[in-house]
Amino acid sequence: MSDTIDTLRYYFQFEFVRNALIVGVLISICAALLGVTLVLKHFSYIGDGLSHVAFGVMCIASVLKIANANALVMPVTIVCAILLLRTGQNTKIKGDAAIAMISVGSLAAGYMLMNIYGTSTNLTGDVCSTLFGSTSILTIKRTDVWLCLTVFVIVVTVFVLFYRKIFAVTFDEDFARASGINVNLYNNMIATIIAVVIVMAMNMVGSLLISALIIFPALSAMRVFKSFFKVTVCAAIVSLICAVAGILISILAETPVGATIVSTDMAVYFLFAGAGAIKGRVN
Amino acid sequence: MAQLECKGLTIAFEDRTLYEDLSFAIDAGDYVFILGSNGAGKTTLVKTLLGLRKPQGGEISIDDKLKEKGIGYLPQQKVMQRDFPASVMEVVTSACSGKRAQRREQALNALDRLSVKDLSEKSFMELSGGQQQRVLLARALCAAGGMLLLDEPVAGLDHTTTSEFYSMIKDLNKNDGITILMISHDIEAARRYATHILYISSEPEFMTAKKFFEHMEEIHE
Repeated sequence: MSDTIDTLRYYFQFEFVRNALIVGVLISICAALLGVTLVLKHFSYIGDGLSHVAFGVMCIASVLKIANANALVMPVTIVCAILLLRTGQNTKIKGDAAIAMISVGSLAAGYMLMNIYGTSTNLTGDVCSTLFGSTSILTIKRTDVWLCLTVFVIVVTVFVLFYRKIFAVTFDEDFARASGINVNLYNNMIATIIAVVIVMAMNMVGSLLISALIIFPALSAMRVFKSFFKVTVCAAIVSLICAVAGILISILAETPVGATIVSTDMAVYFLFAGAGAIKGRVN
Repeated sequence: MAQLECKGLTIAFEDRTLYEDLSFAIDAGDYVFILGSNGAGKTTLVKTLLGLRKPQGGEISIDDKLKEKGIGYLPQQKVMQRDFPASVMEVVTSACSGKRAQRREQALNALDRLSVKDLSEKSFMELSGGQQQRVLLARALCAAGGMLLLDEPVAGLDHTTTSEFYSMIKDLNKNDGITILMISHDIEAARRYATHILYISSEPEFMTAKKFFEHMEEIHE
Protein backbone atom coordinates (compact mmCIF):
# COMPACT_ATOMS: atom_id res chain seq x y z
CA MET A 1 0.00 0.00 0.00
CA SER A 2 2.71 2.47 0.97
CA ASP A 3 4.46 1.48 -2.25
CA THR A 4 1.38 2.55 -4.18
CA ILE A 5 1.28 5.87 -2.39
CA ASP A 6 4.97 6.40 -2.99
CA THR A 7 4.54 5.69 -6.69
CA LEU A 8 1.66 8.14 -6.93
CA ARG A 9 3.56 10.75 -4.95
CA TYR A 10 6.44 10.31 -7.34
CA TYR A 11 4.27 10.81 -10.38
CA PHE A 12 2.38 13.77 -8.97
CA GLN A 13 5.60 15.69 -8.61
CA PHE A 14 5.34 16.24 -12.34
CA GLU A 15 3.17 19.07 -13.50
CA PHE A 16 1.93 17.22 -16.57
CA VAL A 17 0.46 14.43 -14.44
CA ARG A 18 -1.37 16.93 -12.27
CA ASN A 19 -2.61 18.70 -15.40
CA ALA A 20 -3.82 15.43 -16.87
CA LEU A 21 -5.81 14.71 -13.72
CA ILE A 22 -7.40 18.17 -13.66
CA VAL A 23 -8.32 18.10 -17.35
CA GLY A 24 -9.63 14.55 -17.10
CA VAL A 25 -11.89 15.37 -14.20
CA LEU A 26 -13.23 18.59 -15.72
CA ILE A 27 -14.01 17.02 -19.08
CA SER A 28 -15.60 13.96 -17.52
CA ILE A 29 -17.97 16.06 -15.44
CA CYS A 30 -18.98 18.16 -18.47
CA ALA A 31 -19.59 15.03 -20.54
CA ALA A 32 -21.68 13.44 -17.80
CA LEU A 33 -23.88 16.52 -17.34
CA LEU A 34 -24.60 16.68 -21.06
CA GLY A 35 -24.95 12.92 -21.19
CA VAL A 36 -28.10 12.91 -19.08
CA THR A 37 -29.92 15.11 -21.57
CA LEU A 38 -28.51 13.35 -24.62
CA VAL A 39 -29.33 9.84 -23.41
CA LEU A 40 -32.87 10.89 -22.55
CA LYS A 41 -33.33 12.58 -25.90
CA HIS A 42 -32.20 9.30 -27.51
CA PHE A 43 -29.04 10.93 -28.80
CA SER A 44 -26.60 8.63 -27.04
CA TYR A 45 -24.71 8.10 -30.23
CA ILE A 46 -24.15 11.76 -31.00
CA GLY A 47 -20.87 11.73 -29.09
CA ASP A 48 -19.57 9.01 -31.33
CA GLY A 49 -20.80 10.71 -34.48
CA LEU A 50 -19.34 14.08 -33.59
CA SER A 51 -15.99 12.71 -32.57
CA HIS A 52 -15.71 11.04 -35.96
CA VAL A 53 -16.52 14.34 -37.57
CA ALA A 54 -13.80 15.91 -35.46
CA PHE A 55 -11.44 13.12 -36.54
CA GLY A 56 -12.21 13.73 -40.20
CA VAL A 57 -11.67 17.47 -39.90
CA MET A 58 -8.51 16.92 -37.90
CA CYS A 59 -7.17 14.86 -40.82
CA ILE A 60 -8.04 17.61 -43.25
CA ALA A 61 -6.32 20.13 -41.00
CA SER A 62 -3.20 18.01 -40.85
CA VAL A 63 -3.17 17.50 -44.62
CA LEU A 64 -3.55 21.24 -45.14
CA LYS A 65 -0.82 21.72 -42.51
CA ILE A 66 -2.92 24.09 -40.45
CA ALA A 67 -0.95 24.83 -37.33
CA ASN A 68 -3.86 25.31 -34.97
CA ALA A 69 -6.12 22.41 -35.95
CA ASN A 70 -8.78 23.30 -33.38
CA ALA A 71 -9.53 26.53 -35.23
CA LEU A 72 -10.95 24.40 -38.02
CA VAL A 73 -12.14 21.36 -36.05
CA MET A 74 -14.20 23.27 -33.49
CA PRO A 75 -16.49 25.29 -35.80
CA VAL A 76 -17.13 22.39 -38.18
CA THR A 77 -18.00 20.06 -35.31
CA ILE A 78 -20.33 22.65 -33.78
CA VAL A 79 -22.18 23.08 -37.07
CA CYS A 80 -22.54 19.30 -37.41
CA ALA A 81 -23.82 19.03 -33.84
CA ILE A 82 -26.51 21.62 -34.46
CA LEU A 83 -27.54 19.95 -37.72
CA LEU A 84 -27.66 16.51 -36.10
CA LEU A 85 -29.80 17.61 -33.18
CA ARG A 86 -32.08 19.34 -35.64
CA THR A 87 -32.63 16.30 -37.85
CA GLY A 88 -33.96 14.60 -34.75
CA GLN A 89 -37.02 16.80 -35.04
CA ASN A 90 -37.38 16.14 -38.73
CA THR A 91 -39.52 13.12 -39.43
CA LYS A 92 -38.05 12.59 -42.89
CA ILE A 93 -34.55 11.70 -41.74
CA LYS A 94 -34.33 9.71 -38.55
CA GLY A 95 -31.75 11.01 -36.10
CA ASP A 96 -29.89 7.71 -35.78
CA ALA A 97 -29.48 7.30 -39.53
CA ALA A 98 -28.15 10.84 -39.88
CA ILE A 99 -25.62 10.31 -37.11
CA ALA A 100 -24.50 6.96 -38.53
CA MET A 101 -24.12 8.50 -41.98
CA ILE A 102 -22.03 11.48 -40.88
CA SER A 103 -20.05 9.36 -38.45
CA VAL A 104 -18.78 6.67 -40.82
CA GLY A 105 -18.59 9.10 -43.71
CA SER A 106 -16.15 11.44 -42.02
CA LEU A 107 -14.16 8.54 -40.58
CA ALA A 108 -13.64 7.10 -44.05
CA ALA A 109 -12.93 10.47 -45.66
CA GLY A 110 -10.47 11.42 -42.93
CA TYR A 111 -8.54 8.17 -43.09
CA MET A 112 -8.40 8.26 -46.85
CA LEU A 113 -7.06 11.82 -46.92
CA MET A 114 -4.41 10.93 -44.36
CA ASN A 115 -3.40 7.95 -46.41
CA ILE A 116 -3.13 9.79 -49.72
CA TYR A 117 -1.69 13.10 -48.62
CA GLY A 118 -0.31 12.29 -45.21
CA THR A 119 3.29 13.27 -44.56
CA SER A 120 3.81 11.32 -41.38
CA THR A 121 5.96 8.22 -41.45
CA ASN A 122 3.93 6.55 -38.74
CA LEU A 123 0.44 6.79 -40.21
CA THR A 124 -1.08 3.84 -38.37
CA GLY A 125 0.25 5.15 -35.10
CA ASP A 126 -1.18 8.61 -35.74
CA VAL A 127 -4.60 7.30 -36.65
CA CYS A 128 -4.60 4.86 -33.79
CA SER A 129 -3.80 7.55 -31.24
CA THR A 130 -6.56 9.79 -32.59
CA LEU A 131 -9.05 6.95 -32.35
CA PHE A 132 -8.12 5.58 -28.95
CA GLY A 133 -6.57 8.55 -27.25
CA SER A 134 -2.89 8.75 -26.75
CA THR A 135 -0.36 9.49 -24.14
CA SER A 136 -0.86 13.05 -25.29
CA ILE A 137 -3.03 13.53 -22.24
CA LEU A 138 0.31 13.47 -20.46
CA THR A 139 1.64 16.32 -22.57
CA ILE A 140 -1.16 18.69 -21.68
CA LYS A 141 0.05 22.25 -21.40
CA ARG A 142 -0.96 24.81 -18.84
CA THR A 143 -2.96 26.75 -21.47
CA ASP A 144 -5.00 23.60 -22.15
CA VAL A 145 -5.83 23.41 -18.48
CA TRP A 146 -7.11 26.98 -18.50
CA LEU A 147 -9.13 26.30 -21.65
CA CYS A 148 -10.70 23.26 -19.99
CA LEU A 149 -11.42 25.19 -16.85
CA THR A 150 -13.17 27.92 -18.87
CA VAL A 151 -15.33 25.40 -20.70
CA PHE A 152 -16.10 23.63 -17.43
CA VAL A 153 -17.24 26.87 -15.81
CA ILE A 154 -19.41 27.67 -18.84
CA VAL A 155 -21.03 24.22 -18.87
CA VAL A 156 -21.77 24.21 -15.16
CA THR A 157 -23.09 27.78 -15.28
CA VAL A 158 -25.39 26.92 -18.16
CA PHE A 159 -26.66 23.91 -16.24
CA VAL A 160 -27.30 25.84 -13.05
CA LEU A 161 -28.91 28.84 -14.77
CA PHE A 162 -31.04 26.93 -17.25
CA TYR A 163 -31.59 23.72 -15.31
CA ARG A 164 -35.38 24.01 -15.33
CA LYS A 165 -35.49 24.90 -19.03
CA ILE A 166 -33.18 22.02 -19.89
CA PHE A 167 -35.43 19.65 -17.95
CA ALA A 168 -38.55 20.97 -19.68
CA VAL A 169 -36.99 20.69 -23.14
CA THR A 170 -35.67 17.20 -22.45
CA PHE A 171 -38.84 15.86 -20.87
CA ASP A 172 -41.39 17.13 -23.36
CA GLU A 173 -40.40 19.33 -26.27
CA ASP A 174 -43.94 19.97 -27.43
CA PHE A 175 -45.13 21.07 -24.04
CA ALA A 176 -42.05 23.22 -23.53
CA ARG A 177 -42.66 24.90 -26.86
CA ALA A 178 -46.33 25.42 -26.04
CA SER A 179 -45.40 27.12 -22.78
CA GLY A 180 -43.28 29.60 -24.67
CA ILE A 181 -39.79 28.16 -24.19
CA ASN A 182 -37.48 28.74 -27.13
CA VAL A 183 -36.76 25.05 -27.66
CA ASN A 184 -34.48 25.53 -30.66
CA LEU A 185 -32.30 27.94 -28.74
CA TYR A 186 -31.71 25.40 -25.97
CA ASN A 187 -31.17 22.55 -28.42
CA ASN A 188 -28.55 24.58 -30.26
CA MET A 189 -26.95 25.58 -26.99
CA ILE A 190 -26.65 21.94 -25.91
CA ALA A 191 -25.35 20.98 -29.36
CA THR A 192 -22.67 23.68 -29.27
CA ILE A 193 -21.51 22.72 -25.81
CA ILE A 194 -21.38 19.03 -26.61
CA ALA A 195 -19.29 19.73 -29.71
CA VAL A 196 -16.79 21.78 -27.70
CA VAL A 197 -16.54 19.13 -24.99
CA ILE A 198 -16.04 16.36 -27.53
CA VAL A 199 -13.25 18.14 -29.37
CA MET A 200 -11.52 18.77 -26.05
CA ALA A 201 -12.01 15.23 -24.85
CA MET A 202 -10.65 13.65 -28.02
CA ASN A 203 -7.08 14.03 -26.86
CA MET A 204 -7.87 12.23 -23.68
CA VAL A 205 -9.86 9.16 -24.59
CA GLY A 206 -9.81 9.36 -28.38
CA SER A 207 -12.70 9.54 -30.77
CA LEU A 208 -13.80 5.92 -30.46
CA LEU A 209 -14.22 6.04 -26.71
CA ILE A 210 -15.60 9.53 -26.10
CA SER A 211 -19.20 8.27 -26.20
CA ALA A 212 -18.47 6.26 -23.09
CA LEU A 213 -17.79 9.40 -21.05
CA ILE A 214 -21.13 10.77 -22.19
CA ILE A 215 -23.42 7.80 -21.74
CA PHE A 216 -22.04 5.60 -18.95
CA PRO A 217 -22.40 7.99 -16.00
CA ALA A 218 -25.95 8.90 -17.05
CA LEU A 219 -26.95 5.27 -17.54
CA SER A 220 -25.41 4.27 -14.20
CA ALA A 221 -27.26 7.03 -12.38
CA MET A 222 -30.54 6.12 -14.07
CA ARG A 223 -30.25 2.58 -12.71
CA VAL A 224 -30.49 3.78 -9.13
CA PHE A 225 -32.19 7.18 -9.12
CA LYS A 226 -35.59 8.09 -10.47
CA SER A 227 -35.60 11.86 -10.45
CA PHE A 228 -33.93 14.11 -13.00
CA PHE A 229 -32.13 16.17 -10.41
CA LYS A 230 -30.68 13.16 -8.58
CA VAL A 231 -29.68 11.51 -11.86
CA THR A 232 -27.86 14.65 -13.00
CA VAL A 233 -25.97 15.12 -9.73
CA CYS A 234 -25.17 11.41 -9.46
CA ALA A 235 -23.92 11.22 -13.04
CA ALA A 236 -21.53 14.10 -12.40
CA ILE A 237 -20.20 12.51 -9.22
CA VAL A 238 -19.84 9.06 -10.80
CA SER A 239 -17.99 10.58 -13.71
CA LEU A 240 -15.64 12.46 -11.41
CA ILE A 241 -14.81 9.35 -9.40
CA CYS A 242 -14.28 7.24 -12.51
CA ALA A 243 -11.99 9.82 -14.08
CA VAL A 244 -9.82 10.06 -10.97
CA ALA A 245 -9.79 6.30 -10.44
CA GLY A 246 -9.12 5.64 -14.12
CA ILE A 247 -6.19 8.00 -14.30
CA LEU A 248 -4.65 6.72 -11.06
CA ILE A 249 -5.04 3.11 -12.14
CA SER A 250 -3.54 3.85 -15.54
CA ILE A 251 -0.50 5.40 -13.85
CA LEU A 252 -0.04 2.47 -11.48
CA ALA A 253 -0.82 -0.32 -13.91
CA GLU A 254 0.70 1.44 -16.88
CA THR A 255 -2.43 0.97 -18.98
CA PRO A 256 -3.74 3.39 -21.65
CA VAL A 257 -5.47 6.33 -19.98
CA GLY A 258 -8.64 6.55 -22.09
CA ALA A 259 -9.40 2.85 -22.08
CA THR A 260 -8.82 2.65 -18.33
CA ILE A 261 -11.24 5.48 -17.58
CA VAL A 262 -13.88 3.90 -19.80
CA SER A 263 -13.36 0.49 -18.18
CA THR A 264 -13.85 2.07 -14.76
CA ASP A 265 -17.06 3.70 -16.00
CA MET A 266 -18.23 0.35 -17.26
CA ALA A 267 -17.46 -1.43 -13.98
CA VAL A 268 -19.40 1.24 -12.09
CA TYR A 269 -22.32 0.77 -14.45
CA PHE A 270 -22.57 -2.93 -13.59
CA LEU A 271 -22.26 -2.08 -9.92
CA PHE A 272 -25.13 0.40 -10.20
CA ALA A 273 -27.21 -1.98 -12.28
CA GLY A 274 -26.88 -4.53 -9.47
CA ALA A 275 -27.70 -1.92 -6.85
CA GLY A 276 -30.71 -0.82 -8.88
CA ALA A 277 -31.99 -4.38 -9.12
CA ILE A 278 -31.65 -4.88 -5.37
CA LYS A 279 -33.31 -1.52 -4.68
CA GLY A 280 -36.17 -2.44 -7.00
CA ARG A 281 -36.69 -5.74 -5.20
CA VAL A 282 -36.68 -4.10 -1.78
CA ASN A 283 -39.34 -1.63 -2.90
CA MET B 1 -65.57 38.60 -27.99
CA ALA B 2 -64.92 34.89 -28.24
CA GLN B 3 -62.10 33.40 -26.17
CA LEU B 4 -60.53 31.85 -29.26
CA GLU B 5 -61.48 32.54 -32.83
CA CYS B 6 -60.24 31.17 -36.13
CA LYS B 7 -60.96 32.75 -39.48
CA GLY B 8 -60.36 31.05 -42.82
CA LEU B 9 -57.72 28.71 -41.45
CA THR B 10 -55.77 26.53 -43.88
CA ILE B 11 -54.00 23.58 -42.31
CA ALA B 12 -51.25 21.64 -44.04
CA PHE B 13 -49.06 18.74 -42.98
CA GLU B 14 -45.64 18.93 -44.58
CA ASP B 15 -46.54 20.01 -48.13
CA ARG B 16 -50.04 18.57 -48.29
CA THR B 17 -52.98 20.85 -47.62
CA LEU B 18 -55.40 18.98 -45.37
CA TYR B 19 -58.29 21.44 -45.32
CA GLU B 20 -59.06 25.06 -46.06
CA ASP B 21 -61.25 27.86 -44.83
CA LEU B 22 -61.96 26.63 -41.33
CA SER B 23 -63.70 29.24 -39.21
CA PHE B 24 -65.02 28.84 -35.70
CA ALA B 25 -65.30 30.70 -32.41
CA ILE B 26 -65.02 29.20 -28.96
CA ASP B 27 -66.44 30.98 -25.92
CA ALA B 28 -65.28 30.68 -22.34
CA GLY B 29 -66.75 27.59 -20.69
CA ASP B 30 -67.35 25.62 -23.90
CA TYR B 31 -66.56 21.91 -24.00
CA VAL B 32 -65.48 21.10 -27.54
CA PHE B 33 -64.75 17.64 -28.88
CA ILE B 34 -62.50 17.53 -31.93
CA LEU B 35 -63.52 14.45 -33.89
CA GLY B 36 -62.32 13.03 -37.19
CA SER B 37 -60.45 10.09 -38.64
CA ASN B 38 -56.73 9.42 -38.19
CA GLY B 39 -54.55 11.67 -40.28
CA ALA B 40 -57.33 14.20 -40.83
CA GLY B 41 -55.25 16.85 -39.10
CA LYS B 42 -56.57 17.09 -35.56
CA THR B 43 -53.21 17.19 -33.79
CA THR B 44 -51.87 19.55 -36.44
CA LEU B 45 -54.79 21.89 -35.74
CA VAL B 46 -54.17 21.79 -31.99
CA LYS B 47 -50.48 22.50 -32.51
CA THR B 48 -51.41 25.41 -34.74
CA LEU B 49 -53.77 26.80 -32.09
CA LEU B 50 -50.95 26.56 -29.55
CA GLY B 51 -48.63 28.45 -31.86
CA LEU B 52 -46.29 25.47 -32.29
CA ARG B 53 -46.61 25.76 -36.04
CA LYS B 54 -47.80 28.43 -38.39
CA PRO B 55 -51.07 28.01 -40.28
CA GLN B 56 -50.73 28.00 -44.03
CA GLY B 57 -53.40 30.65 -44.23
CA GLY B 58 -56.01 32.44 -42.16
CA GLU B 59 -55.75 33.86 -38.70
CA ILE B 60 -56.20 32.88 -35.08
CA SER B 61 -57.18 35.43 -32.47
CA ILE B 62 -57.00 34.77 -28.77
CA ASP B 63 -58.49 37.20 -26.28
CA ASP B 64 -56.06 39.14 -24.11
CA LYS B 65 -57.05 37.48 -20.87
CA LEU B 66 -56.35 34.00 -22.22
CA LYS B 67 -53.18 35.15 -23.94
CA GLU B 68 -51.85 36.44 -20.67
CA LYS B 69 -52.70 33.35 -18.64
CA GLY B 70 -51.89 30.82 -21.31
CA ILE B 71 -53.43 27.66 -22.68
CA GLY B 72 -52.81 24.37 -20.88
CA TYR B 73 -51.75 21.52 -23.11
CA LEU B 74 -51.84 17.77 -22.60
CA PRO B 75 -49.93 16.28 -25.55
CA GLN B 76 -50.50 12.87 -27.04
CA GLN B 77 -48.79 10.19 -24.97
CA LYS B 78 -45.28 9.40 -26.12
CA VAL B 79 -43.28 6.24 -25.71
CA MET B 80 -40.21 8.12 -24.57
CA GLN B 81 -41.71 9.48 -21.40
CA ARG B 82 -42.18 6.00 -19.98
CA ASP B 83 -38.52 5.49 -19.11
CA PHE B 84 -37.69 9.02 -18.09
CA PRO B 85 -36.23 9.59 -14.62
CA ALA B 86 -38.38 12.37 -13.21
CA SER B 87 -40.36 12.79 -10.04
CA VAL B 88 -43.99 13.86 -10.23
CA MET B 89 -43.02 17.11 -8.55
CA GLU B 90 -40.37 17.82 -11.19
CA VAL B 91 -42.84 17.18 -13.99
CA VAL B 92 -45.57 19.43 -12.60
CA THR B 93 -43.33 22.27 -11.43
CA SER B 94 -41.80 22.44 -14.91
CA ALA B 95 -44.96 24.29 -15.91
CA CYS B 96 -45.03 26.59 -12.88
CA SER B 97 -43.36 29.93 -12.49
CA GLY B 98 -42.11 32.06 -9.62
CA LYS B 99 -39.82 31.17 -6.74
CA ARG B 100 -39.16 27.58 -5.70
CA ALA B 101 -41.65 27.63 -2.84
CA GLN B 102 -44.33 29.22 -5.01
CA ARG B 103 -43.79 26.65 -7.75
CA ARG B 104 -44.11 23.82 -5.25
CA GLU B 105 -47.29 25.26 -3.81
CA GLN B 106 -48.78 25.79 -7.26
CA ALA B 107 -47.95 22.22 -8.24
CA LEU B 108 -49.33 20.75 -5.03
CA ASN B 109 -52.57 22.69 -5.52
CA ALA B 110 -52.97 21.35 -9.04
CA LEU B 111 -52.23 17.77 -7.90
CA ASP B 112 -54.66 18.18 -5.03
CA ARG B 113 -57.31 19.49 -7.42
CA LEU B 114 -57.03 16.20 -9.33
CA SER B 115 -56.83 14.15 -6.10
CA VAL B 116 -53.32 12.85 -6.72
CA LYS B 117 -51.47 14.94 -4.16
CA ASP B 118 -50.16 11.77 -2.51
CA LEU B 119 -48.20 10.94 -5.67
CA SER B 120 -46.09 14.13 -5.53
CA GLU B 121 -42.87 12.45 -4.35
CA LYS B 122 -43.28 9.36 -6.53
CA SER B 123 -41.32 8.62 -9.66
CA PHE B 124 -43.31 9.56 -12.76
CA MET B 125 -42.24 6.50 -14.73
CA GLU B 126 -43.47 4.08 -12.10
CA LEU B 127 -47.05 5.38 -12.14
CA SER B 128 -49.90 3.67 -13.94
CA GLY B 129 -51.10 5.10 -17.26
CA GLY B 130 -54.09 6.75 -15.63
CA GLN B 131 -52.00 8.31 -12.88
CA GLN B 132 -49.49 9.60 -15.42
CA GLN B 133 -52.27 11.27 -17.38
CA ARG B 134 -53.54 12.91 -14.20
CA VAL B 135 -50.09 14.22 -13.41
CA LEU B 136 -49.73 15.60 -16.94
CA LEU B 137 -53.16 17.15 -16.61
CA ALA B 138 -52.00 18.80 -13.38
CA ARG B 139 -49.02 20.14 -15.29
CA ALA B 140 -51.36 21.49 -17.98
CA LEU B 141 -53.47 23.12 -15.25
CA CYS B 142 -50.42 24.92 -13.90
CA ALA B 143 -49.83 26.45 -17.31
CA ALA B 144 -53.52 27.13 -18.00
CA GLY B 145 -55.46 30.29 -17.48
CA GLY B 146 -58.83 29.38 -18.85
CA MET B 147 -58.39 26.77 -21.50
CA LEU B 148 -57.13 23.20 -21.78
CA LEU B 149 -56.18 21.49 -25.03
CA LEU B 150 -56.18 17.73 -24.60
CA ASP B 151 -54.86 15.43 -27.32
CA GLU B 152 -56.43 11.98 -26.97
CA PRO B 153 -56.13 12.00 -23.19
CA VAL B 154 -57.84 8.65 -22.61
CA ALA B 155 -56.07 6.64 -25.31
CA GLY B 156 -54.87 3.38 -23.82
CA LEU B 157 -56.65 3.81 -20.49
CA ASP B 158 -58.99 1.13 -19.16
CA HIS B 159 -62.73 1.64 -18.85
CA THR B 160 -62.88 2.74 -15.20
CA THR B 161 -59.89 5.06 -15.48
CA THR B 162 -61.37 6.57 -18.62
CA SER B 163 -64.69 7.43 -16.99
CA GLU B 164 -62.88 8.83 -13.94
CA PHE B 165 -60.79 10.97 -16.24
CA TYR B 166 -63.86 12.26 -18.09
CA SER B 167 -65.68 13.19 -14.90
CA MET B 168 -62.58 15.03 -13.70
CA ILE B 169 -62.46 17.06 -16.92
CA LYS B 170 -66.18 17.75 -16.67
CA ASP B 171 -65.65 18.98 -13.12
CA LEU B 172 -62.89 21.36 -14.25
CA ASN B 173 -65.14 22.60 -17.02
CA LYS B 174 -68.23 23.08 -14.86
CA ASN B 175 -66.83 24.22 -11.52
CA ASP B 176 -63.70 26.06 -12.58
CA GLY B 177 -65.14 27.37 -15.84
CA ILE B 178 -62.20 26.07 -17.87
CA THR B 179 -62.80 25.80 -21.60
CA ILE B 180 -62.03 22.32 -22.89
CA LEU B 181 -60.87 21.34 -26.37
CA MET B 182 -60.37 17.63 -26.62
CA ILE B 183 -59.25 15.46 -29.48
CA SER B 184 -60.99 12.13 -29.18
CA HIS B 185 -62.34 9.12 -31.02
CA ASP B 186 -64.91 8.50 -28.32
CA ILE B 187 -68.23 9.42 -29.87
CA GLU B 188 -70.21 8.31 -26.83
CA ALA B 189 -68.25 10.62 -24.56
CA ALA B 190 -68.78 13.42 -27.07
CA ARG B 191 -72.52 12.79 -26.92
CA ARG B 192 -72.41 12.91 -23.15
CA TYR B 193 -70.12 15.86 -22.46
CA ALA B 194 -69.62 18.09 -25.48
CA THR B 195 -71.31 21.42 -25.99
CA HIS B 196 -69.76 21.77 -29.44
CA ILE B 197 -68.22 19.48 -32.02
CA LEU B 198 -65.41 20.35 -34.38
CA TYR B 199 -65.47 17.67 -37.03
CA ILE B 200 -62.21 17.53 -38.97
CA SER B 201 -62.19 16.19 -42.52
CA SER B 202 -61.30 17.69 -45.88
CA GLU B 203 -64.35 19.87 -45.26
CA PRO B 204 -64.27 20.57 -41.54
CA GLU B 205 -67.38 21.69 -39.69
CA PHE B 206 -68.05 23.34 -36.37
CA MET B 207 -71.49 23.14 -34.76
CA THR B 208 -73.24 22.63 -31.47
CA ALA B 209 -73.23 19.07 -30.19
CA LYS B 210 -77.01 18.98 -30.37
CA LYS B 211 -77.03 19.81 -34.05
CA PHE B 212 -74.20 17.39 -34.77
CA PHE B 213 -75.94 14.41 -33.23
CA GLU B 214 -79.32 15.28 -34.78
CA HIS B 215 -77.56 15.41 -38.10
CA MET B 216 -75.89 12.08 -37.44
CA GLU B 217 -79.16 10.42 -36.58
CA GLU B 218 -80.74 11.74 -39.76
CA ILE B 219 -78.01 10.05 -41.77
CA HIS B 220 -78.54 6.79 -39.92
CA GLU B 221 -82.29 6.74 -40.50
